[in-house]
Formats: sequence, C-alpha cells, structure tokens
Amino acid sequence: MQGIRSFIKTFLLWELLQGLWVTLKNLFRPKTTLNYPEEKTPQSPRFRGLHALRRYPNGEERCIACKLCEAVCPALAITIDSGVGADGTRRTTRYDIDLFKCIYCGFCEEACPVDAIVETRVLEYHMEHRGENIMTKDKLLAVGERFEPVIAADRAADARYR
Amino acid sequence: MSEDLVNIEVNGVPLKARKGQMIIQVTDSASIYIPRFCYHEKLSVAANCRMCLVEVEKAPKPLPACATPVTEGMKVFTKSPKAVAAQRATMEFLLINHPLDCPICDQGGECELQDLAVGYGRDVSRFTERKRVVKDQSLGPLVSTDMTRCIHCTRCVRFGQEIQGFPELGALGRGEQMHITTYVERGIDHELSANIIDLCPVGALNNKPFRYHGRSWEMTQHALVSAHDGFGSNLFGHVLRGRLMRIVPRDNEEVNEAWIADRDRFGFEGIYSDQRVTRPMLRIDGTLRPVDWEVALTAAAEGLLATRTAHGAAAAGFLASPIATLEELSLFAQIARGFGSHHVDHRLRQLDFRADDREGRFPALGRPIAEIERLDAALIVGCHLRQEMPLLAHRIRKAAVQGGAKVAFLNPRRFEYLFPVAAYAVSERDLVADLAATLHAAATLAGLPVPPAAAAATPGEAHEALARALLQGERRALILGTLAQRHPAYAELRTLAAALAEIAGASLGFLAEGPNAAGAYLAGAVPHRLPGGAEAPAPGANARAMLEASLRAYVLLGPIDPQADLAGGADALARAERVIAITSHLPESLAAHAHVVLPAGSFAETSGTYVNLEGRWQSWAGAARLLGESRPGWKILRVLGNLLDLPGFDYESSEEVRDALRAICGLNVEPQTLGRLAAAALPARGAPAPWVLIPPYQGDALVRGSGALAKTKDGQLARVVI
Repeated sequence: MQGIRSFIKTFLLWELLQGLWVTLKNLFRPKTTLNYPEEKTPQSPRFRGLHALRRYPNGEERCIACKLCEAVCPALAITIDSGVGADGTRRTTRYDIDLFKCIYCGFCEEACPVDAIVETRVLEYHMEHRGENIMTKDKLLAVGERFEPVIAADRAADARYR
Repeated sequence: MSEDLVNIEVNGVPLKARKGQMIIQVTDSASIYIPRFCYHEKLSVAANCRMCLVEVEKAPKPLPACATPVTEGMKVFTKSPKAVAAQRATMEFLLINHPLDCPICDQGGECELQDLAVGYGRDVSRFTERKRVVKDQSLGPLVSTDMTRCIHCTRCVRFGQEIQGFPELGALGRGEQMHITTYVERGIDHELSANIIDLCPVGALNNKPFRYHGRSWEMTQHALVSAHDGFGSNLFGHVLRGRLMRIVPRDNEEVNEAWIADRDRFGFEGIYSDQRVTRPMLRIDGTLRPVDWEVALTAAAEGLLATRTAHGAAAAGFLASPIATLEELSLFAQIARGFGSHHVDHRLRQLDFRADDREGRFPALGRPIAEIERLDAALIVGCHLRQEMPLLAHRIRKAAVQGGAKVAFLNPRRFEYLFPVAAYAVSERDLVADLAATLHAAATLAGLPVPPAAAAATPGEAHEALARALLQGERRALILGTLAQRHPAYAELRTLAAALAEIAGASLGFLAEGPNAAGAYLAGAVPHRLPGGAEAPAPGANARAMLEASLRAYVLLGPIDPQADLAGGADALARAERVIAITSHLPESLAAHAHVVLPAGSFAETSGTYVNLEGRWQSWAGAARLLGESRPGWKILRVLGNLLDLPGFDYESSEEVRDALRAICGLNVEPQTLGRLAAAALPARGAPAPWVLIPPYQGDALVRGSGALAKTKDGQLARVVI
C-alpha cells in the first residue's frame, strides 16, 4: 500500500508542490527584514552597545576607581590605574576598554556601584587604525557626555527592575 | 596527664589546653575559627569588640572567647544559635556607624569587617538615624587615616603601648564620642609605627603612599626578604602588572614575628626612583651614552683585560655593596679571584681592618634572634639600635620589659630607648678607652684577672654600672653595633669586646651593615676569606686600602653611591682609568666617574638569597618585572665571567649558584666568634679619622630613593660626623 502511494506521488511531483506552497505562503507574509540603515529595529533600554563613562550633573566624574568592573570583566577587557585625584578623592588615572576583547556582557555596568560605566545604545562604530579599539578614559567620557540624556532616560526606565 | 593541661570541648570536639590560655587561643591552634576584631595574638587582650562571643555551657550569657580562660571540663559552642545570635547582634552594632564606602576604601577586599559582614551581617540595616562622622587625623607621611571607619578595636593603641613602648595613639571619649587620636597634633614617627596599617582590621589606618593605587585582589603576592638590615625580616611584595606596589610583613615567629620596620615597608619605593638606570651605558667621548648590552659587556670585559695586560691583575679592585644577593656576591668574588685580583670587599664604610685575621666565619649575632627576648643581660656598644635594626630593638625591648633583662648601652651619643635601660654611658672622648674601662670593671667585679688590654684603664662609676648590668643573670649578650664597626679603632673595640664577652660569659654579636654582610663573608666577597669562610692564602686589599691606593680599574657591584657609601671614594674613582658599575641605581656621583654601566635588577626583581646575622639562608624568587633593559645581577656576572674566559660560569639559575656555595660552606654554617679573638696584641692604631652617624633612611640606595621615608621626621635627619 505504501509502495503504491509513493509511486503515484512520484508522477504528481507532490514534494515539489509542497515546497512551492511554503514559498507561496511566505510571499504574502509581512516582511521582517528592514532597510538598514534607513530603518532600524527597536532597542531595549537595556541594550548593550558602546561603553561610556558618565558624569554627575555638576560635571564631576562618577567613576571612583573601585575597579569592580575590572575584576568582574570575564574578557579582561578593562584596565584601570588609579590614584589620588586633585581633590583628594579616589580617581582613575587610566581607564581603558579594549573593544576587541569586550564581549558586551554588561557585567561592568552591573558591577558599578555608582553607575559610572554604562553600555549605551550606540552600535554603529568602526575603527580605521590600529589602536583605535582601545577606548580611553577621554573617549569614554566623551561618549558619555554626548549621549547622557539617552543614558539617563534608559537608567530611569530600568530603575524599577534593578 | 600534666598538671598544666585541662580538657575542654569545643563544638563537641575534645581538646587539650594549657591552663590560663584563652578560649580563642585554643580554638586558633585547633583551626576552629572564631570571628574577632580586637584580639591579636601579639597584643594584650582588650575584649572590647565583642565579636568573639561564644556560648559556654552553664554560663548565663555568651562569653568573649578572647578573654575567657579555659577551665577543666569547659564546653564551648562557637556556632550554636546563641553564639551566632550574639555575634550577629555585635555585627549589627558595629555596622551602625561604619560607612558603606567599601568601593573607595583601600581595605576593601582584605577587610576583616567586610569579610565578617558577609558571614554575620544583615543585608538591610535597621538603623535609620544619622551616622557618626569623625574628623581625620594627620599622622604623617606613612599612614593615611579615615577615622569614620574606625570600630574602636584599639589594636593601634595597644601596639603603641606594648610593642613600640611609646603610645603615639590613644582613645579619647566614650561610647559614640570615642575616637582614636594622637592627643596633641603630631605625626607618628616611631620606626615600627606603620605596622598599625596591618593591625587595623578596617580601613581607618592605611598605607599612605599606596593610597588608592591598587586593590588587594588584583595584586599577586611574592615572598621577599628585607634589603635594609641584617635582621632578615620576611616580607611579602604585592605586585600589580609587574610593578611592586607595596610591602607587607610575612609572619615568621623566629625572625620578625608579625612586624616589619617602616624602612622595610616603604624602602622599596627606591626601586622606582629617578636614579634607577634601565639601559646599559658606555662612556663615549667623555659622556655616558646608552648602548646595546653586547657593546657594554664587551667593553667591560675588554677594559678589564686591557688593565690586566698593562698593569697586572692587582690593578683592579672589586667593590660590592652588601645589598647584593648571595649569588651575585659569590659570582663577583669568583670573577675577582679568577681574574687574578684578590682585592674584593663589601665593607664599604669600615675604616679599620686590623682585626680581619681574628674574625669569625661571618659577622653574627651570636645567638638566634628568637632567643634575644630571653636574655637576662645585654651590653650594646656603639649602636643606635632603634635605627640600625628596629626589630632587634623590639626583641631587646621585650627582654627588658617582659623578662626584666638589664640592658646597658655604651654609645658616643645619647639615643632614646623606649624601655628601662639599666645603664647608659655616653662616651665623650674615646669609645675604646671607655670599653677598656668597662672591661676592667667587669673583670674586677667578676673576680677575674684584668686582661692586659684593659690594665691601664681606670673605670669610673658609669663603667661599673655597665659592667654590673652585663653581669646579671645567666643569658648575657654583648653586641657591637654599626657605629662601632665604622669606628676608626674598630680593631681595638672588637678585641676588647671579645675579652669582655669572655669574662662575662656573654655571646658576642656584630651588627654588620647591609642585609647580606654575612652572605658576603660566606661568598668570599672579603679580601681575606675564600668562599665558605676559609682563610685566603693571599689576602688582597680591603675596601679602604683599595680606594686609598687609587687602582687603575674598579668594578662596583650593587647600588653604590660613592659620595654616600664610600669614604673618600669619589676621588679614587675619578682617578681610575676604568670604572665598571653593575648597579641598579646611578646617582650623579657615580655617573660622573663610571665608564661602563651595566643595569642590574634590584632585590625585588631578581631571585636571590640573603644570609642574616644569625646565619639563616633566606631565598626568594623575584617579584616585580625588571625595569627597562636591566637584567638580574647574577646573569650579568655570569656573562661577564664567560667573556673574561673564566672557568666555572655555566650556572643556569641562581639556585645553582646558591647550592654550589652551600656545598662549599657545608652544613655547618655556625660562626665561630670567640676564642682567638682576644689573644694577640693589635698592630698600632692609625691616625684618628672622623666617623659618621648615618641617618636611618640614608643607609642604602633604596631608602634614599624612597619619597615617603624622606618625608618622615627620621628621613630629615642629617649626617653627623663624630
């Protein structure tokens, strides 16, 4: 019985029609692809993109050089040197993140007791020269200054879950 | 069972304890942990933190384990609900006023309060009132303070009273108003004071030069040995990315117990001082220029060979610093002797060498360090003990305070000691005459014939007091300090001291300068001794003679500053045709005269061995990364030996060098100090020369380069010429 059925199917190209049916169905389905970069997918406030170092509204650096992010980083992408700052407080003298090593896990922002290191929504960046993969303290602070409104809004949106 | 033992039971485990022991001592030795803050095994019991509360059967309330002596049949529960509830309650009270600033606190990660808060603390505080804030103290350049973090364990206060002998810190006020203070506005400047950094269980007292520079968890810990005195304190070096960040004590009950001197803790800063040399250099057209290793080494070897061809091997002198490791000194002496010169010495500041032929195998303390605190009597001659060897001073203080030992001093100046001193004689005119008079007095007191050396002396009251002090009890020690060693009539002092020790039945000790003076003797880095301490058949010139003779070439090993370390040395170096410096530091006075500079690693960057004054061989395996192009000293010397075509320079590790020397020394490395010392008369004394009191933080290149030490009160002392 089985043999006869498959013999008939061979003549009717049944499998081919089955496949084409899938194609036909998808032809009328709404599209999930986007015309990037004109169109972009929505982002969660928890999106983990390029890093930034934040400042307090009065301009003071948030980072207190506790080195917890350096300790928690599973990829060993963060390197910090610390010392006594001009005002006698604990400050970083160097804060480097190697973007090639970073796996964007977000542990650093979770470890940070003062919300200084954060991962922003920025995912479009590139390097053209050797060494640009190292995000220095100045670069990180610059990113933080540029995107502070977005960063602050994202923290506020996520605050009740933390 | 002995009368002194009692049976107790801790958590159901039967233990034996000595009568009078506290519960915490018994549990500590049985590895049962009881949390504590104020208890420290080296300090008295204060029982004011209440963290060690344990439940004892039949006791109505939990008892502090640190202050409860054991009794027969006592049943202790350290983890019962009652004990844990008491400990948790204590922790809650401690955390009421403790700030939650662990992320910026240097103690974070190595904090006893932080650790115990994980075990005993609540995750949410019930305390909603205002927290206490305490004004910080300014304690000088070594210790930083954040007094708000203080939990009033009073370890620092007890350290001042019991270990330093001078309460620099005290507790004022009661309850919430209690605070630790210096009473009047002043820094702390005892030579052991920085130990309060380690004692403080929280972050109230911290290492000031290290402040905010690293975290405890990111550093690796390496064993080291102190490079500043012959005591041989055991250290741990904490290294971050190849750089030595700080030094903490390594407990060794037989040497430094739990303490280290401030010099040991902060002296390492000199490794990174401006004077550090990191590239091989060669004098080309009158100026020192950086060159390749090969060029510099070839120039050094060829220069030495040229000197030998032109003027003979004896025209080259080999001077080593006693800060060099045993391995370096061994290879250095091997090069000197192989080269044909017997002029090799490490006693750079000694003036009088007439007693060389009556020395022991190496300068030794005369008895193990651990026995010093059990002395009954000690006479210390020509020695600023607290500055020369702070931890030996601590041991002697223990003997005087706990054992009631009679400690007497015969010194050219009045130095301050923080324990009862039985007699103190200030030698106004002549240390030799005063020691002879003391010998005369001692012989008379002991009813023995007066040795001929002291026959002419007329003992005064002060000398009799010294002699009377030394003749107390049974265990007696006579110690000749560094000042005596630098005395222009050291030979007489030495002979008289030997005679006095013989009369008093005392051990005779020598506090030779540098961390490795004993090692230098054993390695043969003295003109009159071969490796292992055997007498040299053809003794060469000593350090002073080498410099006075103005040799054609000098080879310097170790960080030697001609101005500070060699008496009149800069002139001799200026006249020399070749000065080859194998050194970690290049001070200006050396840079002005050196022709070849071979940068060597400092003690923390190479593997090595120091032999301390009790004959203890202590090896370590480098901690920090070598700076720049510098190389371990023993490797430089090995290559130099090969370039000079000397046999026996095939060592592949510093351990091989050490083991080879160890085989020569044999198992018996005990020094012989007494005996033939006192026998024969000495050659006549030369013209009196001035001798100097070197301040404690000017002794070697490392402490001279330490910024933190330079800012202390002792660091600002100037040299005194006597």
